[in-house]
Amino acid sequence: MATLPTSDTDIIHAFGPHLSSNLRATSSDDPERLVKTHCCFCGQQCGIQLKVRGGEVIGFEPWEDFPFNRGMLCPKGVKRYLQGGHPDRLTTALRRDPSAVGGFRSAGYEEAIAHTAAEIARVQERYGRSAVAVLGGASLTTEKTYLLGKFARVCLGTPFIDYNGRLCMVSAGAGNKKAFGIDRTTSPWSDMVGTDVIWVAGSNVAECSPITTNYIWQAREQGAKVIVQDPRITPIARTCDLYLPVRPGRDAALFAGVLQLMIEKGWIDQGFIDAHTVGFEAVAAYCREWPLARTVEVTGVPERSLRAAAEIWGTARTSFLFHARGIEHHSNGVQNVLGAINLVLASGRIGKPKSGYGTIVGQANGQGGREHGQKCDQLPGLRDISNPEHRRHIAAVWGVEEASIPGPGVDAYELFRKIDAGEIKALLAICFNPKISLPDSDFVARALDKLEHFTAIDFFLSETARHADVVLPGSLQEEDEGTVTQVEGRVIKINQAATCPGQARQDWVILQDLARALGRPHGFTFSSPGAIFEELRAASRGGIADYSGITYEKIERQMGVFWPCPASDPRTGAPTPDYPGTPRLFEPGSYNPIAKGAGPFYFPDGKARFNVADYRTPADDVSADFPLYLTTGRVVSQFLSGTQTRRIGPLVKQYAEPRIELHPRLADKLGIAEGDWTTCETARGTITVRASVVSTIRPDTVFIPYHWAGPKSVNRLTVAAQDPISKIPQYKVCACRVRRADGPPEYAAVLEPQQ
Amino acid sequence: MKEDVLSTAQRLEFFVDPSRCIGCQSCVQACSECDTHRGDSMIHLEYVDRARSVQTVPVVCMHCEQPTCAEVCPADAIKRTADGVVQTARKARCIACGNCVMACPFGVPELYVERQLMMKCDMCYDRTSIGKRPMCATVCPSQALFFGTREQITEIRPRSMPTNQFRFGGQVITTRVNVMVPRAPTPPAVVDVTAAMDDRPASRTVRLPLAPPDAADPFAGVEI
Repeated sequence: MATLPTSDTDIIHAFGPHLSSNLRATSSDDPERLVKTHCCFCGQQCGIQLKVRGGEVIGFEPWEDFPFNRGMLCPKGVKRYLQGGHPDRLTTALRRDPSAVGGFRSAGYEEAIAHTAAEIARVQERYGRSAVAVLGGASLTTEKTYLLGKFARVCLGTPFIDYNGRLCMVSAGAGNKKAFGIDRTTSPWSDMVGTDVIWVAGSNVAECSPITTNYIWQAREQGAKVIVQDPRITPIARTCDLYLPVRPGRDAALFAGVLQLMIEKGWIDQGFIDAHTVGFEAVAAYCREWPLARTVEVTGVPERSLRAAAEIWGTARTSFLFHARGIEHHSNGVQNVLGAINLVLASGRIGKPKSGYGTIVGQANGQGGREHGQKCDQLPGLRDISNPEHRRHIAAVWGVEEASIPGPGVDAYELFRKIDAGEIKALLAICFNPKISLPDSDFVARALDKLEHFTAIDFFLSETARHADVVLPGSLQEEDEGTVTQVEGRVIKINQAATCPGQARQDWVILQDLARALGRPHGFTFSSPGAIFEELRAASRGGIADYSGITYEKIERQMGVFWPCPASDPRTGAPTPDYPGTPRLFEPGSYNPIAKGAGPFYFPDGKARFNVADYRTPADDVSADFPLYLTTGRVVSQFLSGTQTRRIGPLVKQYAEPRIELHPRLADKLGIAEGDWTTCETARGTITVRASVVSTIRPDTVFIPYHWAGPKSVNRLTVAAQDPISKIPQYKVCACRVRRADGPPEYAAVLEPQQ
Repeated sequence: MKEDVLSTAQRLEFFVDPSRCIGCQSCVQACSECDTHRGDSMIHLEYVDRARSVQTVPVVCMHCEQPTCAEVCPADAIKRTADGVVQTARKARCIACGNCVMACPFGVPELYVERQLMMKCDMCYDRTSIGKRPMCATVCPSQALFFGTREQITEIRPRSMPTNQFRFGGQVITTRVNVMVPRAPTPPAVVDVTAAMDDRPASRTVRLPLAPPDAADPFAGVEI
């Protein structure tokens, strides 16, 4: 039974989040060694050196040779080392026990493994194999995500596995596959420097991917014009050349209107369109429905700004467009992405030096974590779980019957609906804190309560893990090794710097221990992450995300390998051990296993696809009762649901609690002053936080960052509307009303800022 | 060997470009890691006016040729090294009077009352004196803080130029640290800081050639 064993307050008292110390232990602790590795947080995956002494990480030193960030780090990277040696760290397994302090008692590791295995076996025997579900995460190494997908399909035999990339990269991924047949940023970030124009669509670069800022600033030094499309004047928008203050949820309309202007003016590359794409006529016909006046009315962007955007983008010789959750977190997210891609394809500027297109990855392994099988419809190598040929390849690698591999499951939110409906009775979750990160999160909490059994693997007791019957103590990023794939498509190596404390175990060890305890150890007897990677290489071979030519040694030698990197020439079959990888996709004359030489894009005819990118009004749009747009996002010092960063003292101090941003005109109208307790209400719920009155946001829109829990969690307000294709939730817009609160909320006197 | 170190250090210079700053506080968080002032940042990072803009400004010690802080120190506690770095107050001498805090035109020194000591940025002397870059400029994600040669900055920042002369009323100060200002055909010999405080800025410091005329308030047309 996965209800909270005691009150949240009691659990917090015992398990935190408490703050780390502000510093490492003593100043005389010189490091014994420096370990070259990468940050544990966002998808930029900056190179960093960890200072290690006595098996613990005690500080950091910049890694100035790593080519992507050359020593640069954001505040999270600087302070990440403080998660080690933390007082909240789980060093034993936990069993739910309402009579114990904090609702959990310590349990022996083997006892906990045996209990979880017995419960999974019981639930599967009684309700069928599909009554057990698995949730994974995109901060895990690719080896772990590969093993988790295999664990669900082979050991548990359930179709129900999905991951928190469902909240992050799926709109971008779906759009990319529809347009290009492959899901990866097209170019290394170095292609930005020297380009004519950079279009930033819905990306708060400075706070969510800070290192990218220097690429943009450097591009501008060399003459690039910068266009930013965002309802807020973020730091990257402050000095941009053209700011498009789009009304939340109207991005597809903006792209259609701008493309219409480009077509009218002849600012398109008809030669490229004819030679390398299909579907332009239908898109052009759709764009004719978006004359300037209508685009202005729907998007809220002034006419002259739209004209300027079309001219700057349309007349450039080289360009780079990238987008992030700002246009993707919508029930129309895939259409927004396709609208952006249509602008790129119409320009013909792709697959060339200094011209590219990309999606900024949110999580550490947002790219690799979506390629190798923890997504509900996917098998390793970006393979399709419904494709018989793909299934046969993977079945052969796994040594199982093809028919024994389950079919597609459902997305992470639908999985909670199935729990709510009683179809799923047991859950194993790792690296996912849905109680904070999913929309309409009170529903998620109610669904968790209905589980007969819930085991969480985690290193801190996350808000979701508070519902668990068993918590297995997992590993921090620096306590294991493996690969991740960062924002550019570069596969890099995480190196182990510390050892797991107490009974904590590396996550892949825990999964294999569960397989053993279930009596289903076949395929789960790897001796190291390197051994898992070797199987992953074979599994990915011939797939679109082909890692077969990547080795740990090649990654270290080259400081990363861009996939695809096949082990043999796909035309001749000759081994290609020295193939360095593919930094830039779609170059003229390039070969891929789908087009087989017919063209650079990953379709049988080698051509890219224009897709009609249909504008639809957002779900839960503004109304008389809820007249304002609520949008959500990140702050630079916090990360995702805050399980790590809300425990790191200096990061909490930097931005302690969520604030609601609103424009002075709106604040005046509502009688709200800077710092006032302010209540934001939607059809789902209500939260009260302090006001930040700033003229850097649309006056019809309010913003609240999402990293906090309980009464401070904005995802209690967001709407669970999802994109019909990608199933991404619509975090970036819903209807709300705002008022000055009568007084401080109850939590203000009870909870510390991070709790 | 010592001469090599010195000449290397002298060739590498500090350049601050506030127009690039994104306010992420990476510099602040990194500075507080230093063993000589653990837990405290010697770099200041502030919003200019958050209600109106996300503009932030990082302030490191400017390392003046004739440091006002040292000139006003009654205990002669503030020393300048041979290679031009103005150091934190000597603990044995500092009487925590705060003269330096009030006198510094850039607002850099801070008094740590509990330690009875003035502390400030010493340009990561432990790092720069052995050829490493200061921690803040190494980690800065926007490179608003840059540490390198004059040749490098000229090459990579064609739109701006370094200046190191500042006027505060009747006082003209030359600093070792440079501030990047928009490139101009006839740049002023000094940045007149006090005059700039009196005036409303005549135009934006960063030119926006493509911005619509009402760029100052892009939300002017938004109805609520």
